[in-house]
Amino acid sequence: MAEVQEKVEEKVKEPREPLFSKKNRKLITDPLTDNNPITIQVLGICSALAITAQLKPSIVMAISVVFVLGVGNVVISLMRNIIPSKIRIIVQLVVVAALVIIVDQVLKAFAYELSKQLSVFIGLIITNCIIMGRFEAFALGNGPWKSFLDGIGNAAGYGVILIIVAFFRELLGSGTLFGAKVLGDPIEKTGLYAYGYENNGFMVLAPMALITVGIIIWIQRSRNKELIEDN
Amino acid sequence: MALNTDKNSYTIIFSVLMVAVVGSLLAFTAKTLEKNIKANKRTEKQQNILFAMGVTDQDDPNEFVPAEKADELFNQYVGENQYIVMGSTAEKTTKAFEIDVKKENDKIKNDPTYERKMPLFVGEKEGKKYYIVPMRGNGLWDAIWGYISLGSDFKYISGAFFDHKGETPGLGANITEAYFEQDFIGESILDENGNYVGVEVKKGNADPKNERKEDNAVDALAGATITGNGVTAMVKKGIKMYMPYFESIK
Repeated sequence: MAEVQEKVEEKVKEPREPLFSKKNRKLITDPLTDNNPITIQVLGICSALAITAQLKPSIVMAISVVFVLGVGNVVISLMRNIIPSKIRIIVQLVVVAALVIIVDQVLKAFAYELSKQLSVFIGLIITNCIIMGRFEAFALGNGPWKSFLDGIGNAAGYGVILIIVAFFRELLGSGTLFGAKVLGDPIEKTGLYAYGYENNGFMVLAPMALITVGIIIWIQRSRNKELIEDN
Repeated sequence: MALNTDKNSYTIIFSVLMVAVVGSLLAFTAKTLEKNIKANKRTEKQQNILFAMGVTDQDDPNEFVPAEKADELFNQYVGENQYIVMGSTAEKTTKAFEIDVKKENDKIKNDPTYERKMPLFVGEKEGKKYYIVPMRGNGLWDAIWGYISLGSDFKYISGAFFDHKGETPGLGANITEAYFEQDFIGESILDENGNYVGVEVKKGNADPKNERKEDNAVDALAGATITGNGVTAMVKKGIKMYMPYFESIK
């Protein structure tokens, strides 16, 4: 982060804005709440369905997307004046693909079991609409520091929803959290299972991720009426 | 900035430079991490082989042995008891571990006269011998592979491990689940006349507790017909190649 700050200070010579001005802070906080990429913009749904059956892969996915989107936004933003507009989508794809391959290789080298669990989904970060969306909508028109904040903010907003969904799906679907049997043992019939509780097997299937996301959207919109589109 | 980014020549120069920079960056990353990734794959293979002979995590029999112990346990249970089988003969060599079943499959596809080198691992646990056979086949979307261990009677399966590259999560991907793998344990690969038939992943088998060990079939997974058929074909073909050798040492 220190590196990024230095670069910003060199570039922005005009009326200097504090690094964490109100506007800049909004770049991070907005996507976490009222402009969440998943629940408001409904982007990145595919991966939210695929990997949220358990908490651990969701958290790793969230961290990977924070890294890819944060760094990617800065790279695109630094190049925004020299990218030929005719091939800008290709350039964006190359940047995100290169970053994703690096994440994949690092995971394979240092967290092999996790990389096996995430398998194709790491590769699928490339197709995550949030990433291309932020490159195109934000990084191409803003400085690196702002783009960095925007990238982190949006990726975190995505990650928060991922983790919430995964929490409920793992808890209700398998009765575990991070693989620990928090509700007792379903086979030995201990804990909650002694009273006839059963895991809801449907929760581990993809459709329930959509329904969980739907419930989050519902709660969010019922608390903040401004988010409801009129039609 | 006075840069005219719309010119064709600029676009071409930019893309060429971009490819060169990104290409070398990725090559550099791959080269630096190569060693770690290779070591991880080696550990995984050791864990797989140990799993197929029933050497698992102390606390959870459905999990692999811990990665840091894989090397030690592999040496303890299998060690140098590795063979390269060719037809009905075998050569004892630790090179067996390095043989890539996929490459051997490819070689025989390109050249039918090629004599395939088949790795065989012989583990010993509590006085019993486990003959562990690696195999590889096709699922619905991509490759599937596994290890099956046979007892020294060469009739009953004593352990199985399956993995896949890209089967559907929740359906075909369930071949990696312990409840599916355990179904193979104790299954006979010979029919009542002693002829080799393999083990079929069978729909409507209706034997959830897997009590019929002589029927050469295990219950199929719901929603995973093609993957199941892939497992059937892989197991049948995989073990069959070793049968001439097994017959000779029986």
